[in-house]
Amino acid sequence: MPINHEEFRPTIVAFCCNWCSYAGADLAGSSRLAYPADVKIIRVPCSCRVNPMFILRAFEKGADGVILCGCHPGDCHYSTGNYYARRRMTLLFSMLDYLGVENGRTRVEWVSAAEGVKFSETMNSFVEKVRSLGPNVRLGDLRCKN
Amino acid sequence: MQELINRAKSLLESGEVSRVLGWRKGETDWDVEPAFFNSAEELSEFIYNGFCGANLSKYMIEASKLEGKTLVFLKPCDTYSFNQLCKEHRVDREKAYIIGVGCKGKLKIENIDAAGILEVRGAGYPDASEILTVKTLYGDREVSYKSAMLERCHVCKGKEHMVYDERMGESADTSDADRFAEVAKIEAMSPEEKFAFFQSELSKCIRCNACRNVCPACSCRKCVFDSTKFDSAQKANTTSFEEKMFHIIRAFHVAGRCTDCGECSRVCPQGIPLHLFNRKFIKDINALYGDYQAGADTDSKGPLTDFRLDDCEPSIVTKRG
Amino acid sequence: MQKIGVFVCHCGSNIAATVDVKKVVEMALLEQGVVHAEDYPYMCSEAGQSRIAAAIAEKGLTGIVVCSCSPRMHEATFRKAAERAGLNPYMVEIANIREHCSWIHKDMAEATEKATILMRAAVAKVHLNAPLQAGESMVTKRALVIGGGIAGIQTAIDIADAGYKVDIVEKTPSIGGRMSQLDKTFPTLDCSACILTPKMVEAAAHENITIHTYSEVEKVSGFVGNFTVDIRKKARYVDIAKCTGCGVCQEKCPSKKIPNEFNRGLNNRSAIYTPFAQAIPNVPVIDTTACIKFKTGKCGVCEKVCQAGAINYKQQDEIITENYGAIVVATGFDTIKLDQYGEYAYGQSKDVITSLELERVMNAAGPTKGHLERLSDGKAPKEIVFIQCVGSRCSDDRGKPYCSKICCMYTAKHAMLIRDKYPDTNVTVFYIDVRTPGKNFDEFYRRAVEDYGVNYIKGQVGKVIPQPDGSLLVQGVDLLDQKQILKKADMVVLATAIEPNTDVRKIATMLTASIDTNNFLTEAHPKLRPVESPTAGVFLSGVCQGPKDIPETVAQAGAAAVKVIGLLAKDKLKTNPCTAQSDELLCNGCSQCANVCPYGAITYETKLINDHGIREDRRVAVVNSALCQGCGACTVTCPSGAMDLKGFSNRQILAEVDAICR
Repeated sequence: MPINHEEFRPTIVAFCCNWCSYAGADLAGSSRLAYPADVKIIRVPCSCRVNPMFILRAFEKGADGVILCGCHPGDCHYSTGNYYARRRMTLLFSMLDYLGVENGRTRVEWVSAAEGVKFSETMNSFVEKVRSLGPNVRLGDLRCKN
Repeated sequence: MQELINRAKSLLESGEVSRVLGWRKGETDWDVEPAFFNSAEELSEFIYNGFCGANLSKYMIEASKLEGKTLVFLKPCDTYSFNQLCKEHRVDREKAYIIGVGCKGKLKIENIDAAGILEVRGAGYPDASEILTVKTLYGDREVSYKSAMLERCHVCKGKEHMVYDERMGESADTSDADRFAEVAKIEAMSPEEKFAFFQSELSKCIRCNACRNVCPACSCRKCVFDSTKFDSAQKANTTSFEEKMFHIIRAFHVAGRCTDCGECSRVCPQGIPLHLFNRKFIKDINALYGDYQAGADTDSKGPLTDFRLDDCEPSIVTKRG
Repeated sequence: MQKIGVFVCHCGSNIAATVDVKKVVEMALLEQGVVHAEDYPYMCSEAGQSRIAAAIAEKGLTGIVVCSCSPRMHEATFRKAAERAGLNPYMVEIANIREHCSWIHKDMAEATEKATILMRAAVAKVHLNAPLQAGESMVTKRALVIGGGIAGIQTAIDIADAGYKVDIVEKTPSIGGRMSQLDKTFPTLDCSACILTPKMVEAAAHENITIHTYSEVEKVSGFVGNFTVDIRKKARYVDIAKCTGCGVCQEKCPSKKIPNEFNRGLNNRSAIYTPFAQAIPNVPVIDTTACIKFKTGKCGVCEKVCQAGAINYKQQDEIITENYGAIVVATGFDTIKLDQYGEYAYGQSKDVITSLELERVMNAAGPTKGHLERLSDGKAPKEIVFIQCVGSRCSDDRGKPYCSKICCMYTAKHAMLIRDKYPDTNVTVFYIDVRTPGKNFDEFYRRAVEDYGVNYIKGQVGKVIPQPDGSLLVQGVDLLDQKQILKKADMVVLATAIEPNTDVRKIATMLTASIDTNNFLTEAHPKLRPVESPTAGVFLSGVCQGPKDIPETVAQAGAAAVKVIGLLAKDKLKTNPCTAQSDELLCNGCSQCANVCPYGAITYETKLINDHGIREDRRVAVVNSALCQGCGACTVTCPSGAMDLKGFSNRQILAEVDAICR
């Protein structure tokens, strides 16, 4: 059955580091820069706190897209956390892509506390991308071969 | 083989080592299993032939806790695993007496397509003609040694032992294939084809955990999939997602630590090419962060516990298409 | 089983206008473990807080969720309120339904649904919260100031005056910094050295101040209140204790053709040198790259002529380790390199110079003894052109996007001084805008134009072309008159952009202080915490934080000092209890976590572990909770899940994920 992209409201989990991106999201809020309500933010101390398990778990439980936001490289509050996160996510996303999962469902974006506009724009474009991909089927479906 | 036994006996007798870690013959020559030998008498069951693919490094974790040294036979590729375990403080170099044993490629019985096998001859080292003779119910058959080799031997890491106390026997570099060709082939597929490929492979998984149990990098005292730390402990899979999660996470946990020893694929009873997960990570690591061979040394930082300021962004995955 | 209370704030109409708060309360009561839910117009008010306290007391709540503004705003408020009511403050979770919901969504149904989900995620998390206790750490009552310019000197003096010990680490052979190179200062035109050197002497003589010149910070570990710093004291090859500063060694040194850094390379110095006459300490250093003794082994003149016997060729770099409670970065600035500005002929003509070079030319101790002359032929220039914004306010990547802030004023100063001393010299200034905010600044600029007849042209210079006769042809535009200008000049002065010292990146990394795209150190808050770095215990003084002039630098230096004093006045600090913790039963002792810990907080111990009856010695990770800052890098590196982060545990985050994806 073809997916009606117009009506599809994806579930999107956004992991935001406390120091930059969460504050960037706050700034987007206080600046009234709208983005779809599909995005739900989980606060983590640092992008390096995000375990691939969390991302896979979100997909397992029905998320259609997962985005990780952290401080810009060089600006990590813990100085090096986002560098580790960058490697981990690069490899994880590459693996998901390798498994045939649409690579538009995952994203990493560096958003500073001053980038309310970027936060909002990022969320808008990510939601749009995930909507265009439709519901996440593959990540829940590698075994169920009919 | 007799030389190995003799050397093991003399090391046992001199008290230099307290036990020997090697391979024991099963019902047939190709039914070989890792074993500890505590005495010269027990060594009568010791075997070393083309079917001794099993990587003994992981057994050294337990052996490191025992009194005295353990004599362990390591093939060149096994020494990478041993080094990696040393780096992670999981084995004690001082507790090991390592004989770097010669290897000219190991065999996979499933690759010998000879119905009704009675006996495989010439499974020691390939002779000059590199032909294995298989005695079967239906008469003798000949197979080329190479065609019967494990996948990993076609992408052999070379004949050098990375760590040893002494070396016995000759080794050969048996590589004759591009290590990353299979991965590259999958990478070139469309998302639909990739998905179909892995769906069909992973659908075979029965969660027997053989891959995990044999893997020298999967050496956790307790696997996250058996603990409650991530709410991931399940006696039985409750969702179809579990296999995928298990294999992705398993590969991720060993990324940068996996030496590509190929044991996972060797032991999988369902024949899932599990090395394709690990090797994908290795290929990406090499391409994105520079060539890295886990276990080639005991002091370098692993690629996932290291970074460069100018590392590529995760969006490279999208850009690469 | 937790007994959870959910408190939904209206925030006046900020939340309630878009989120149906009654509905969120209703939905909360359906959640497992929620025994109390209410809404209130302002939860953060005294009255709102007492409602929370009352509910905790009446219902025996073990955890609370406040659905309100960002936790960055009021998490501390609600934690304190809970604590006053007898609940552990870490049993409080905030659902951000204002910044992340009501303020960005317009549709009430949609916003209410999202607020409900955010509430559920917080409830799911608080179910797994555990009471946490903040630890305490001692404060080392000593401060480190990195950089011995006017910013560092002022900060050090202010801290020292308050009775605390301060060390200044300066990488060059003398303190004084950029200000010591300046001739006069705007807008009062007093002599830079006359106001700086007394400060230098004061710092040097202060009983609470220790100055390490020719030294660099090598390694920093620890955290607020407890930093441990390795300082490399580079070998001077001159014994500070013995040297009398007589200067004979410098006179007799046969290697004299080394570009003099202090004079911006406009003249030469000897291999053994003090950067300038008023240097503190007045003890020379040997530049081993130029010293004949070091290069060939033969010479040793300085050793022979030194009556004090202070020369010691065998001196080695020395690393000293000191403990500090606070660190102030005052690393200052330099002018940008002009390699990419070929159009101004800098480097092609000796008569095209930067403003900082002009400072040296005009200074009595400079290469021309203070005579204004062309560096090519020594003639007095009759026509001088100043070009503003060279590399500042630049849209391409050759320069800097920001305004360097000081150039308009120092150019007015230069122009005025030249016109005053050499009335027959014409001065023309090409500018984009003249920016003169500041006390007596615009008056100063107007004096240059009105009283001293400096010719200001609004417009940019496209090219400076050296002429065969030695003059310079300046091609520019006059934007106001809409015409091309071709002007012959004898000297061109470039108001070169300033940038943070290049070493600052290295220092910022060591301090884990964040830095912006222009290499300026980031302040904890651009308006409310301008002298603090986001890294606790690290403070900012001077241009390392952003372009500023001397009075602003001194003001900020004092402000940084006050912050340091406020910290050092405390005997103990509360530490963040959200730290990593290793489960000994699961730990493999593999050392991977220690590899990624930026604070060196993880060590390994061999311990007797009783693992369900198996008793054995195991190597296990131990987290020093005083060092751990709670980033969580270790938790993801740990394959077995032994390492977890209190307050942001794996199960807590997974519970949030599950609640959102439900």
